[in-house]
Amino acid sequence: MAELSLGQAVDRAIEDGMARDDTIVLIGEDAPMLRSPLFARFGADRVLAAPISESAFFGAAAGAAMAGLRPVVELYMVDFIAVAYDSVLNHIAKLEGFSGGKWKAPLVIRAPCGGGYGDGGQHGQALWGNLASIPGLTVVVASNPADAYGLMTTALRHDGPVVFLEPKLLSEEWLEFLGRGGRDTVSFDVPADGATGEVPDPPHATPFGKAAVRREGGDVTVVSVAVGVHRALEAAAKLADGGISCEVIDLRSLRPLDDETVVGSVTKTGHLLVVDEDYREFGLAGEVAAVCLEAGLKPRYARVCVEDTLPFARHLEDAALPNVHRIVQAATSLAKA
Amino acid sequence: MEIAGLYRQMLRARSFELVVEDLWHRGLIAGEMHLGTGEEAVAAGVVTRLGEGDGLALTHRCSPALVVRGVPLVPMLRELLGCEDGICGGRGGHMHLFSEEHMAATSGIVGASLPTAAGFALANRRLRPGRVAVAFTGTGAMNSGMALETMNLAVAWSLPLLVVCIDNGWAIATASDAVTGGDLVDRARSFGFRTDSVAGRDVRAVHKTAGKLIDLARRGKGPCFLMATCPRLDGHFLGDPLLRMARQPVAEGKDTFSKVISSAVSRGGGGLKDRAGGMTKMMSTMARARRAPTRERRGDPMLAARNAMKKHKLERDRIDAEVEAEINVAVEAALDGIEEADSG
Repeated sequence: MAELSLGQAVDRAIEDGMARDDTIVLIGEDAPMLRSPLFARFGADRVLAAPISESAFFGAAAGAAMAGLRPVVELYMVDFIAVAYDSVLNHIAKLEGFSGGKWKAPLVIRAPCGGGYGDGGQHGQALWGNLASIPGLTVVVASNPADAYGLMTTALRHDGPVVFLEPKLLSEEWLEFLGRGGRDTVSFDVPADGATGEVPDPPHATPFGKAAVRREGGDVTVVSVAVGVHRALEAAAKLADGGISCEVIDLRSLRPLDDETVVGSVTKTGHLLVVDEDYREFGLAGEVAAVCLEAGLKPRYARVCVEDTLPFARHLEDAALPNVHRIVQAATSLAKA
Repeated sequence: MEIAGLYRQMLRARSFELVVEDLWHRGLIAGEMHLGTGEEAVAAGVVTRLGEGDGLALTHRCSPALVVRGVPLVPMLRELLGCEDGICGGRGGHMHLFSEEHMAATSGIVGASLPTAAGFALANRRLRPGRVAVAFTGTGAMNSGMALETMNLAVAWSLPLLVVCIDNGWAIATASDAVTGGDLVDRARSFGFRTDSVAGRDVRAVHKTAGKLIDLARRGKGPCFLMATCPRLDGHFLGDPLLRMARQPVAEGKDTFSKVISSAVSRGGGGLKDRAGGMTKMMSTMARARRAPTRERRGDPMLAARNAMKKHKLERDRIDAEVEAEINVAVEAALDGIEEADSG
């Protein structure tokens, strides 16, 4: 057991993985400086500085994965995956399908995601719905250090491509790097339980496709990931004061999605609220509703999501992200309907 | 243009950056802040060659060029301060500033200025003959696929485009030459660009060379490439951890160094050669960051410009006073109604 920040937990999972398996290599812009402990331990053959050439180093990582390495490819932010999207959509994700399941390529994409620190709509997106819509990819999002370590460990052992997303608001390291920059004149609404916590001793691995019920309740099922889970828990505490009992589910893994846990909970409550920091349309919020409909359920339904390009100004961004106020309002009108 | 006019634009750009730095440190500007300090001579030398209808595509280090282009200061500052009456309604922020009136666009995606400027150039050739487009970019960005593809496209379509590549030695926190193959000017030439190189600290040299290249582009001679060397005086962004560690290794670097050492001596991993090689390379990156020029020291283009004005001391004093007044008025107007948090 060790008390770690979320960023430390991811770093440690990668370091432990690299010590265990010498086919794991790390590729990323500034990797030798950004991951200096790994560079000092494993050297330049296993920690590679990439030029600002995402389509090249993503494509090369896919090729290296096909040929026997296990690359961990880092992005500064998931927004920049757009530059490498062809290798993700048309190559990495397609190999297993195209080869009739005969050729799999183990590759982990590590990407910080999400807003809440005022970096604008090209640097604060979630994008997990977009990525999880692609067959052939596994997409996971950690909401606390234990899961961050556990999901990364599972990703490093997985036989196909995994997108591992790391919410920046929960990462002290990323917040310092991108938001604070040594200032003590700015503050962020960081959920403490997500940012630091106990991480079980190795070998600790969190399975893919298994959601975690963070709070049990009988009136409304609230489904979320990442920072949204913590906002939902805070809202659930307030709602309980008003007599509304929420069950809060942290999906942890979007693809594969734990249908069973969601359907089980909604069967019990009859009310479904999805809290999603990603875009509202054509994403996770609609997917979770579809899963319930396909299971024959007809829950009362609402969603609290990001509805437009994320604004730069902090007060506009706070209003655009799923916040406790919006969740309380949505859950209250659902429960009363 | 006389040196006095160029000096004035450089000073306006530098003064704006210093105001932004102050506001950022006071917590009034959110997120990352990539100052353009060190690039003023390039911005002034190139952008003063532009006029009505010319397009300008910029990077995350965009404000010096926008200030020189004449984008109003108060709406820009209001934007950075997150106000809904900012130039983009508070929704863009410092990496996403847009002024349709000036055909000026910025992006935080590295390399994106090249294709955008190519599009401005294409539209200009058809809609505004004789007008051009300029892309500002950096050496790191020249390795992005979109930049490389645009280099070819611009030649294939013979676009009225100038690519200004700023060489400050860095690609984020990595020495640019460590991740770049060959010579970028040779590369541009082999794509079919007309190329030139200039000392980007010398505003008169930049103005002259940029003028020659932009004139060629205006006359339909095809795309041009200008390599301009200049310092990056304030790191990749404000609070740059590499710069903080390099300048104050004890106060800022001790956590990182202890992690590095603890990992370097852990069981499992590379051999002694790998580990020693890793440590050596890191130390040399830190040393390079420590050697980087700082403001008001040798290498700062503002000093060179002030020096170039020394025969016109009275005029220089007058420009200094006028720019100071202009900036002060803008800051006062921009801060109207803004409450500062008490940081204690």
